[in-house]
Amino acid sequence: MKRSTFWGLFWVTLAALYLFVPLWGAFDFSLRAERDVIGVAAYTRAFADDDFWRTFIFSNQMALISIVASILLIVPTAYWVQLKLPQLRPAVEFITLLPFVIPAIILVFGYIKLYSSDIALGPITLLPPLTNSDFSTNILLVAGYVTLALPYMYRSVDNGLRAMDIRTLTEAAQSLGAGWFTIMFRIIMPNLRAALLSGALLTFAIVVGELTLATFLGRPAFGPYLQQLGQHKAYEPAALSVVSFLLTWLAMVLIYFVTRGSNAQVTGAH
Amino acid sequence: MAQAAIAPPKRTTDYVARMGGVPLAWLGVLPFFIFAVMFLILPSLSLFTGSFTDAKGGFTLDNVLGLTRQDIVDAYVLSIQISVVTAIVGGIFGFFIAYALVMTGVPSALRTSLVTFCGVASNFAGVPLAFAFVAALGRTGFITEFMRDTLHFNIYDHGFNLYSFLGLSLTYLYFQFPLMVLVMMPALEGLRREWREASENLGANGFQYWRYIALPILTPSILGTMILLFGNAFGAYATAYALTGGRLQLVAIQIGAQIRGDVLHNPGLGYAMGFGMVVIMALSILAYTLLQRRAARWLQ
Repeated sequence: MKRSTFWGLFWVTLAALYLFVPLWGAFDFSLRAERDVIGVAAYTRAFADDDFWRTFIFSNQMALISIVASILLIVPTAYWVQLKLPQLRPAVEFITLLPFVIPAIILVFGYIKLYSSDIALGPITLLPPLTNSDFSTNILLVAGYVTLALPYMYRSVDNGLRAMDIRTLTEAAQSLGAGWFTIMFRIIMPNLRAALLSGALLTFAIVVGELTLATFLGRPAFGPYLQQLGQHKAYEPAALSVVSFLLTWLAMVLIYFVTRGSNAQVTGAH
Repeated sequence: MAQAAIAPPKRTTDYVARMGGVPLAWLGVLPFFIFAVMFLILPSLSLFTGSFTDAKGGFTLDNVLGLTRQDIVDAYVLSIQISVVTAIVGGIFGFFIAYALVMTGVPSALRTSLVTFCGVASNFAGVPLAFAFVAALGRTGFITEFMRDTLHFNIYDHGFNLYSFLGLSLTYLYFQFPLMVLVMMPALEGLRREWREASENLGANGFQYWRYIALPILTPSILGTMILLFGNAFGAYATAYALTGGRLQLVAIQIGAQIRGDVLHNPGLGYAMGFGMVVIMALSILAYTLLQRRAARWLQ
């Protein structure tokens, strides 16, 4: 064995151990819910809790809405900027980088300060407090998730658009009589499948276990539920952590297969 | 442009139609800018103005000056310390792993699975990560019990505590070094074989190649990515909160406590703390962007 290969394997093994051992620890721990028995009692108990399903389904719904909202917001924008308004590209790219500068805790702090009272222009109320009803608070939550995912989604879509000739596609479609709606939904989006899917999976990975926004907006999401569960239970949180990891892992493996051969970004916000 | 000549003439309305001097084409990006203003820019600005507003709504510098209060300075110092430590340790560790994956004969199946694993780990933050570390390194954790039972060494008797600076650093490293690996691998792949051959032809040994050629080219990437890791740790809230509750008084944790219930007894001071956090994040992203631009001179 070459000396460099030995050192290569040494570092790779060390990394694999660091990544694997805590997960194994959680897995091993989650199997010991009953004394002297190795079994899946922690999983059955975790899944038997109605609150688990309620919060888990809520988080999945929010993830789905966030994914659809961010696709509808970002694809037309990135397309339009590339086709008609290249002079706006620096401004749009600057905005898509802002979520790196504004962490989730600051974002939610700003939302609560701004949207927990009326927004008024003199005597005219422009916007009632959004934090007053569940529905409008969910809007804030989704807006926050779209914001957190913005850098990844935008980059993914922008790269996807660059890889195809949108000008020719657009002109061809127009000369056949297609309107903007048809161009967007039947030409551009189908061609962006891989980019949209990887952006969507990454958004999912960021959103499903998210704690900060959901906690401070007081929504019944999976992140806050898991955190609460950790306060008074030992084995169930470990079991659900393993499940969360498997979900993230599944999302990443799917991204890997979807984007094989292209340069996709595979990391999200914390 | 030949293409433009063949293409059917565009509808003249695209160029002519204007609304108050703004081309109609700009309407296409309006939803995006409205979203950005409502959910990104105005909320941040409202914290900014809050930092300079007193209880009666007048202008004041007291809030920003109040950041020099001892407990607040301590929070910033602690947050910066933990971010610097995990950025440097994670950066160095991640660099060696990226090097091992790119430059040495590691089997490609191992390489692919580790890279995918790094993608997962760099996204696996927050509550589940904290719980995995409790299960591994907590008082009854997997590693703790393994070391106690087989090596007869109880780490908790020797000053280790997961809910401490060291414990939180080890937890942060779980998403820090994989990020370094993912960002550094393309940079290392950008090192051209010709540079190494040219230096060998001129009589350089491996050390000289790294000292005078490869490292100077890579330095902006390495520093830039470490700064990215710094920001990554500095802004983190969920992992720290889930792991330590409120025991480590980081900036993000203090801001969280302030949102829950004005623990600083001054809302303006809370906004100023948030503003200070954004300033530090902005400076680190700016430094990262400048260093990446410099790195792009040679790599790619």
